[in-house]
Amino acid sequence: MHDESQILGYQPGNSFIYQLNATTKLVFMLLVSIACMITYDTRFLIAICVLSIFLFKEAKIKWSQISFIVKLIVAFMILNLIFVFIFQPSYGESIYYSKSILIHAGYFTLTLQEVFYLFNLFLKYVCSIPIVLLFLLTTNPSQFAASLNKIGISYKISYAVSLALRYIPDIQNSYWDISAAQQARGIELSKKASLGKRIKGTLNIIMPLIFSSLERIDAISTAMQLRRFGSKKKRTWYVTQSFKKEDYLVMIAAVILVLIVIVLWQLNHGRFYNPFI
Amino acid sequence: MKNTGLSVKNVVAIGIGSAIYVILARFTSIPTPIPNTNIELVFPFLALFAAIYGAKVGFIVGFIGHALSDFIMYGQTWWSWVLATAILGWIIGLAAKQLDLKNGIFGLKQTIIFNIVQIIANIIAWVVVAPIGDIIIYSEPANKVFVQGISATLSNGLTIMIVGTLLLKAYADTKIKKGSLRKED
Amino acid sequence: MTNTIIEFKDFSFQYDSQAEPTLKHLNLAINQGEMLLIAGPSGSGKSTIGHCINGLIPNIDTGNITGECIINGKNIQETNLFDLSFITSTILQDTDSQFIGLTVGEDIAFALENDCQPQNRMKQIVHRWADELGIEHLLKQAPQNLSGGQKQIVALAGVMVDESPILLFDEPLANLDPASGMKTMALINRIQKELNATVIIIEHRLEEVMSQPLDRVILVNDGKIVADKTPNDLLHNNLLEKNGVRNPLYLSALKKAQIDLNQIPDLTSVNALPDDREIARKLQNWQDKITITGEKEETHSLLELKGVGHRYNKLQVHPLHDVTTTINQGDFISIVGQNGAGKTTLCRIICGFISNEGLISFNGDDLKQYSIKERSDKIGYVMQDPNQMISQKMIFDEVALGLRLRGYEENEIQTKVYETLKICGLYPYRHWPISALSFGQKKRVTIAAILVLDPELLILDEPTAGQDWQTYTEIMNFLKQLNQQGKTIMIITHDMHLMMEYTNRSLAFAEGTLIADTDPIKLLTEKALIKKAALKRTSLYELAVKYRLKEPNTFVRAYIDAERDEKHA
Repeated sequence: MHDESQILGYQPGNSFIYQLNATTKLVFMLLVSIACMITYDTRFLIAICVLSIFLFKEAKIKWSQISFIVKLIVAFMILNLIFVFIFQPSYGESIYYSKSILIHAGYFTLTLQEVFYLFNLFLKYVCSIPIVLLFLLTTNPSQFAASLNKIGISYKISYAVSLALRYIPDIQNSYWDISAAQQARGIELSKKASLGKRIKGTLNIIMPLIFSSLERIDAISTAMQLRRFGSKKKRTWYVTQSFKKEDYLVMIAAVILVLIVIVLWQLNHGRFYNPFI
Repeated sequence: MKNTGLSVKNVVAIGIGSAIYVILARFTSIPTPIPNTNIELVFPFLALFAAIYGAKVGFIVGFIGHALSDFIMYGQTWWSWVLATAILGWIIGLAAKQLDLKNGIFGLKQTIIFNIVQIIANIIAWVVVAPIGDIIIYSEPANKVFVQGISATLSNGLTIMIVGTLLLKAYADTKIKKGSLRKED
Repeated sequence: MTNTIIEFKDFSFQYDSQAEPTLKHLNLAINQGEMLLIAGPSGSGKSTIGHCINGLIPNIDTGNITGECIINGKNIQETNLFDLSFITSTILQDTDSQFIGLTVGEDIAFALENDCQPQNRMKQIVHRWADELGIEHLLKQAPQNLSGGQKQIVALAGVMVDESPILLFDEPLANLDPASGMKTMALINRIQKELNATVIIIEHRLEEVMSQPLDRVILVNDGKIVADKTPNDLLHNNLLEKNGVRNPLYLSALKKAQIDLNQIPDLTSVNALPDDREIARKLQNWQDKITITGEKEETHSLLELKGVGHRYNKLQVHPLHDVTTTINQGDFISIVGQNGAGKTTLCRIICGFISNEGLISFNGDDLKQYSIKERSDKIGYVMQDPNQMISQKMIFDEVALGLRLRGYEENEIQTKVYETLKICGLYPYRHWPISALSFGQKKRVTIAAILVLDPELLILDEPTAGQDWQTYTEIMNFLKQLNQQGKTIMIITHDMHLMMEYTNRSLAFAEGTLIADTDPIKLLTEKALIKKAALKRTSLYELAVKYRLKEPNTFVRAYIDAERDEKHA
């Protein structure tokens, strides 16, 4: 009930991407993320970036739904790039085996190679974000657990994820209730208070939150056992959807992307695409 | 971590633990005067959960909790750091048997064991797992990621030492037997 | 021929964690198709009996068993929990823990999923039961969007899919408003008839459960069966109050009027009582004898609300809006109405936890200028669940917390804390850890922790929910005492008799609107209001109507005044 707009979550819709099976979307997201993790090939990363933005347009998601998160990530990204540069401004040269100086500044001498490296790092971080956001915004959380189970994760862990999604809103409400009640007692959480006081104050919220949750764990596990959770080696899912032609096509596309990355690795003799030699 | 022997209680502990992780990661990060360093009260919580429910639960709560909170807050996960959090929960959970919190005893001996284990866990998580992950996945310069790792070890280790010890003590205290108490006028 | 489905033979059980056996030499046989109530105070062992019937004992709650417990031909010591779950279906008290699916449909299907049923079959069964119980339209809803009564029905549907022969309800009425409670009872009765299931209800609220016909009542106290009788025999026997279970109100009223209950053949409901002029005359006489204490004199206003409201999000259908009223110094106010009507929201607004659309002034000061902390010096708020308030280990520290944070001297703190602990009856426990206290005592610790700050107005969210009669009386008498000492008190409650007995003014809410602000007894006069706010008349009123007493309301008032006099004599 507080700041809900700042937390990402499923928002119903009916474009093409909503029709896809949750498992398909999960596989696609994971494979593309892995592909982007492995490669440093600039051309591939740009291609994924373009694809992501295209899919985003296709899903008809509004900018306002995600603007907050995107700003946050870009800010984080820039900070990270600055750190990478400060710690080792010559890192680019050692990767691309060449040195074209742009600005002379002693230790902080900026080379074209460093700029190119930072650009790639930025792309790598950014290119898969729209796909992940897309997954979050278009996948009904009910189907998430079932699809985890389908890609081979044990059903117990899959269900634990489902439980987490089920109880996040409840625990968030408890958190705010406890927080308000403790503020009424006089704990100080505002930025004015000293660090020690803020930690102590927050601890006064965390303790009741954790200890009341521990009791809840006992109650929920009793309720689940009385309804035979864990009695068999597997379980079925009320919400599973069957696969359609589109689903297979999308998954094949994801596999092809991974194959491309492997081919690129061969062509580039490694993960970096080097335009300097 | 293929877990066939996960009890129903552990499954629920993972679910609720991950939910609490997400909420604490989001709302209880306290900025310090040192730039870019926050006190993350979610780690003492993870330490408590691992110490109560053991290594498996510690690992999975760290993994799911961190991954979910990254997803929900940023729409992106930093897998190397997710794995590091999971390892932190796993190593602290290994000491669960020695600590035996359910008996209600958390004295000097247990405090020392807990803190030695948590410091080792922090070092392995932030100075070994996370930086190596960053180097492998993102090819970031080694000195940058190790300095980041060391600063995370210091802040998280210190937070767990102070707040985590307090939490464990408070938990052990809830297990006190009633027999020893007497009314006073 | 009757078929015994549950049998306890000289059965005793001692939890591993406890020094004394909880159940002692129990002998009990329950027949297929019976509908029965197990009643008793907290700690009597009634829930432990339930845990034997659904197999939690000895599978989860370990302990030492002597004697035998046979459920549908199976000894519980030789049967695992999963096999037993096909025989006994359990509906737990805490619906938020029972409801584990992300949506209603998934939750109903949960047991079927665990049995590896194919999807099309699950859909079929889920729709059948959802339709049967009238929740078809809710299938895609998340638990956060349901009321307490709706969650209970979902919980019922979730176990009905098993079609097991025994249905076990653990305190099904604890968290429901009166109207939902009645609906739930009627639903249980209907299901029982349709399936010829054996229904076992564990409750301490006897009168509400008896709104439906029961075959038997088992009264339990201190681990033993005190009575195993038909409801009618039990009511004739005068055993209830001795064993910590409240008598139905109409019976207490008959007794007060000195009517010999043994002369009345059927006591099970007001309707079943005989149309006897003699009874009517005695009741009327008694009513006329009681002198009704005068209304409280007007005092100055403490809290003024003007156009108060709050909207949580755009999707909310009935946000709290436009509440205008004045709370006077010394009032004892009950806030009533169905779940989700905005009762808690109002309290949160007053305390400053959430924003306010309107204006609130306290002793003439606009509250807008004050932070949560500053408001709490004037207004104290006690949450429903004490576990969500307690953050310290020791009782003393918990009560002292607010003072310490306000920078009081330690010796001054000690004086104030001790004083408060004495008022709350906790002084003998001052060096105890809170974890060693009972629920009722914990509740009093949280009240003490607020009281020590000396607020003029005290707000409590359902202070007696789920408590047995003794704890209920304890907490309410304590609040009454505080009120007489001059504190203004507001409580949220679902208990109609509590509202009439203890409070002098009621605010009733329905769908985000304040629909009545009046004397509690008058509130229960208007039929339309009762329906709108999901309230219920007590059996006292029905009794007065049945015997055509002059003024039903006056009779109710007379009863309550007599009750108060007895307690404070």
